[in-house]
Amino acid sequence: MPVKTFKIDGQDVSGREDETVLDIARENNVFLPTLCNIEGLKPVGACRLCMVEVKGSNKLLPACVTKVEEGMEVTTNSERLQKYRRMILEMLFVEGNHVCSVCVANGHCELQWLAEKLGVDHTRLNYMFPKKEIDVSHYRYAIDHNRCVLCTRCVRVCGEIEGAHTWDVSGRGINAKVVTDLNTPWALSETCTECGKCIQVCPTGALFKKSRAVGEMTKDDHFLPYLKTMREVDNAE
Amino acid sequence: MTNTITIDPVTRIEGHGKITIEINDAGEVTNAHFHVTQLRGFEKFSEGRPFREMPALMARICGICPVSHLVASAKACDELLAVRIPETAITLRKILNIAQMVQSHALSVFYLSAPDLMLGMDADPGKRNIFGMYEADPQLARNGVRLRQFGQQVIERLSGKRIHPNWVVAGGVSDPLTPEARDAILADIPEVKQITLDALKWFIPMIDQYREEIKVFANFPTMYMGMINADGSLEHYDGILRIVDADGNHVRDIDPRHYQEYIGEAVEDHSFLKSPFYKPLGYPQGIYRVGPLARLNMATHAGTPLADEALKEYQSLAWEERQSSFYFHYTRLIEILYGIERIEELLNEPDILSEHVQALANVNASEGVGVSEAPRGTLLHHYKVDEYGGITWANLIIATGHNNMAMDRGVFQTAKHFIDGKKIEEGMLNRVEAVIRTFDPCLSCSTHAIGQMPLHIELKDQDGTVLDVLQRD
Repeated sequence: MPVKTFKIDGQDVSGREDETVLDIARENNVFLPTLCNIEGLKPVGACRLCMVEVKGSNKLLPACVTKVEEGMEVTTNSERLQKYRRMILEMLFVEGNHVCSVCVANGHCELQWLAEKLGVDHTRLNYMFPKKEIDVSHYRYAIDHNRCVLCTRCVRVCGEIEGAHTWDVSGRGINAKVVTDLNTPWALSETCTECGKCIQVCPTGALFKKSRAVGEMTKDDHFLPYLKTMREVDNAE
Repeated sequence: MTNTITIDPVTRIEGHGKITIEINDAGEVTNAHFHVTQLRGFEKFSEGRPFREMPALMARICGICPVSHLVASAKACDELLAVRIPETAITLRKILNIAQMVQSHALSVFYLSAPDLMLGMDADPGKRNIFGMYEADPQLARNGVRLRQFGQQVIERLSGKRIHPNWVVAGGVSDPLTPEARDAILADIPEVKQITLDALKWFIPMIDQYREEIKVFANFPTMYMGMINADGSLEHYDGILRIVDADGNHVRDIDPRHYQEYIGEAVEDHSFLKSPFYKPLGYPQGIYRVGPLARLNMATHAGTPLADEALKEYQSLAWEERQSSFYFHYTRLIEILYGIERIEELLNEPDILSEHVQALANVNASEGVGVSEAPRGTLLHHYKVDEYGGITWANLIIATGHNNMAMDRGVFQTAKHFIDGKKIEEGMLNRVEAVIRTFDPCLSCSTHAIGQMPLHIELKDQDGTVLDVLQRD
């Protein structure tokens, strides 16, 4: 497969033409924040945190879905990008009800980690304090919509890897939420195999095991690249 | 026409409260109230949450006594699981609960009340704090800090965190005790035991200087409620919940699950804090007190050697004298001594390092009540859940609540005795605050800087003309 050479932050890098700017940035230890992206699942470019500047384009491009091109010059960490990224995180915080101190994922949360990393110590927007539901009907798992950032990792892992497609997104804009089986309580889902992959890929404490209390939920998504490769091998055969 | 003095906020207590004192034209106090001015809403916003979150969520009620809420909440959650939890987990929870009591009592006695007791009620307010105390007697101040540190370190060594630990969970505790933590705690015991004995030696001779305060510091007969063992010794985790009358006679043992049959919660216009009362006697006749005074007035003995001796000396005082809330301070010191000895006993139990510390189960009951003795008195958490374990209803009765009526009445009693409405002096008002401090109320359950809270009091006549102003910055 042809190889493209280009620059990231002035550094000469190269990648296969089917790779993304994010892939190559990570290969070269260049940090790019991501929330919806996770290795092993198809990228969707939803969270917009990995936006980069590309010389010659007046638009910001999401690195996770931008394929590498010969001669492109990518900037990953300009002041403008930092400002936008902080603003995105602030909006995620005010749109939900994120209370780290009593969250099952406290200390193991990607949203919390990113906020700390990108220097979001307050929000300039007013908190919306939306009234959101918690579905504790499943005997093993629970979803707290207050903590959901709509990254759709659960939707994708359930469809792409487990093949159950229990999860989906219902509603639009501010009213969007992830649902099980066309918005029935999780306990009544006929498609859920109770595999728990959605729990492990959730970046926050939105999806969690019910036996866990504050700060106890560590997520383990290392199984994902392995399972993805196995599926590809199966399909090839 | 009535004039009103307002003390807002009351200083050196935990949380925000205010006192109003009504004075008639002759300068006599006609009424006084203690107001709690904040609303927390924990009972309401816990609705819908999975019950397993409750211990940690409820611990956030308080920065001083999060452990008390953890313990009472976890006990309520154990009932929802409807399983027997491992013995070692019970012992570890007991140690944690007692350590919490030691640190909280040390805070109350040394940081919040000792400045009044040691430097005098009329001392310069600028000096009347732990720093002034340090100037006057560095060793005593250091001892107070050390005692609190000991309690906090026990909590940290057990649970990994001094404030808001998440270690107590439904069904037990999340991690076993390590031998290193046990040995570190045991190594500190002789020093803190001696410090407490010295503190009692400092306190007891001082009592005589406060005869006037003892007479009027919420000194009236009330019933008492608290936990106790069947043999009459002290218990803070799972004893019998008992009510005794104003003469100390046994009235009733309450099954926590049926507390609502015996304890009502009245609401007064002047306070966000409810006024619990003993239902069979009605409101407000059903007034009772909880906390160290109640526990030590009810107990026949403490249950550990040194505390037994100290309690015997305390109980040599006449029963009538022990009705004064001033003695909360004394009983707090005895409970610290008991707590240190009890921690040592429990840490030496053979199975204390067992790794089986949590019973795992799902929700098996729809309702649970958890009761424990917090430093300030009986703490009660009551939850109802749906079939999936989501909280549908919660009710909490906090120790400070039980004492609300007694505090309110105590403020009036003290104000009536000390306040001369024609000329206010800071020392008079400090005594009215000091009676509240004897109860060590935990109002918002958050700690505040010592002596830094401003106090502004105006005495006005019926035309609104300011007669006297008192300012504390």
